[in-house]
Amino acid sequence: MKPLQAESGRDFLDVRDDFPALDQLVQGHPLVYLDSAASSQQPIAVIEAVASYQQRDHANVHRGVHTLSHRATEAYEGARDKLRAFVNARSRHEVVLTSGTTASINLVAQSYCRPRLGAGDRILITHLEHHSNIVPWQLVCEQTGAELLVAPMLDDGQLDLGRLHEMLSMKVRMLALGHVSNALGTINPVREIIEWAHEQDVPVLLDGAQAVPHMAVDVQELDCDFYAFSGHKMFGPTGTGVLYGRESLLDAMPPWQGGGDMILEVRFDGTIYNELPYKFEAGTPNIGGVVGLGAAVDYLQGIGMERISAHEAALLAYLSERLAGIDGLRLIGTAPYKAAVQSFLVGDIHPHDLGTILDHQGVAIRTGHHCAMPVMQYFSIPGTARASLALYNEPGDVDRLVSAIRKAQEIFG
Amino acid sequence: MSTVTDLSGDELRELYRDLILDHARRPRHFGRLVSPTHEAEGINPLCGDKLHLYLAIDDENIVRDASFEGSGCAISIASASLLTEAVIGLDRSDVLARRSAVTAALRGETRPADLGKLQSLLGVRDFPSRVKCATLAWHALAGALNRHNVPANTEN
Repeated sequence: MKPLQAESGRDFLDVRDDFPALDQLVQGHPLVYLDSAASSQQPIAVIEAVASYQQRDHANVHRGVHTLSHRATEAYEGARDKLRAFVNARSRHEVVLTSGTTASINLVAQSYCRPRLGAGDRILITHLEHHSNIVPWQLVCEQTGAELLVAPMLDDGQLDLGRLHEMLSMKVRMLALGHVSNALGTINPVREIIEWAHEQDVPVLLDGAQAVPHMAVDVQELDCDFYAFSGHKMFGPTGTGVLYGRESLLDAMPPWQGGGDMILEVRFDGTIYNELPYKFEAGTPNIGGVVGLGAAVDYLQGIGMERISAHEAALLAYLSERLAGIDGLRLIGTAPYKAAVQSFLVGDIHPHDLGTILDHQGVAIRTGHHCAMPVMQYFSIPGTARASLALYNEPGDVDRLVSAIRKAQEIFG
Repeated sequence: MSTVTDLSGDELRELYRDLILDHARRPRHFGRLVSPTHEAEGINPLCGDKLHLYLAIDDENIVRDASFEGSGCAISIASASLLTEAVIGLDRSDVLARRSAVTAALRGETRPADLGKLQSLLGVRDFPSRVKCATLAWHALAGALNRHNVPANTEN
């Protein structure tokens, strides 16, 4: 495995041993995990942070005067501070902790958009979106009489930027788009798009679920208005996520859900809501999960997002090169700027059959529509096989994938 | 490449037998019947497989013709194709009995009785995540016979 590194001079990371789940046999073969875009594995540092919190520090946050409650609050709020620094938000007030990207987007749809929208207004999304950045907007359109516009995509998986630019002037009240496409890996030129949107006074929400595990994200530099992401795709626990929102916007938004922790004073004749970000955090949160997410941020920053990006770019180049050498393999998504995600089809083998044959050789990929059915409809295919790489993948994983695909071709003759 | 001995080939060959691959590539009775008496849709919402099954049952309760259309993986298409072959000529109650026998065998709940060609579907028992692919058409069959208007769904 290492000779390749020497040959190519590429500088690959060597962090696989940090991830205990990767050290196992699946179907008699060492696991090759190529499904991180669906959910990433967790480093031991995250697993231990959660365990240690649960074993020693667990109590409810923001409530008790007792020691454990204090420790839990410190750990939970400490994670918020790490997440603020991770995306370079101006203030911790701008970092709302949620259960994931889906909840973050729904929060914006219901709290920011719903009170502002009416018949004749439009929300603009793109053809590349994950269902979680489509359906919340469809719901709010149904509720308000607003209309959903969809900016088209091109054959290689890039957005049709010319059309998107034009559509921004069509009474659009919100632009919501993915920073990185989950199905195709396309990295959208969001800095430029946000500039165009702001020229038309259109606020922008970025779905960053597929960006944060791969690249440094700076919400101030991007100048986005909202940025949503999930913990479990960036090596943290499931059930955790963030909504970054510009403070002035969050301030003006009503709470989305009511309950404990989001209030200052409750009276039957009226309730005073808590300050940011607690106004949007009703109920007892996923404290242990958030502590783990904080540990994931530490882990990523310990390595450095630039090094992670470089590792993945080299790995993606190697993957593309090896897949191109397989007869009958068709790459789906070939945009020039991509994260380490590659969708493909092999001859007339249905992706699910391919997935089963690969799994039998210890290679885990995702097959199907990847919660992006419109992307599949664009290509007139039922789904794809998708290999998604992360910082813990190595060139040897790509070699195993290629051998497994060849075996599938053998079986299907 | 892995140095571990490849023990998995036989199970895969068992799953993707020649008969299965043949029916997947050249599904029999593919298309819609001109005048079906019974029909139903089968959907596997998790993977997007979608089949539509048509039956023509005469006054004596005999299945005179059967067909299907739709898209899915090799297992779901082959299973639907084999289903159409298996039910043509059977009495309605025999169809139901056959359906129960096949789905129970696919789920590993019973030792396979003599299922004829349908025996070749039993490779899925070693692949729990693929049992639904093999049972999809058989769910639709139940839906068609019960004249359900809602699509048969592998999730309920």
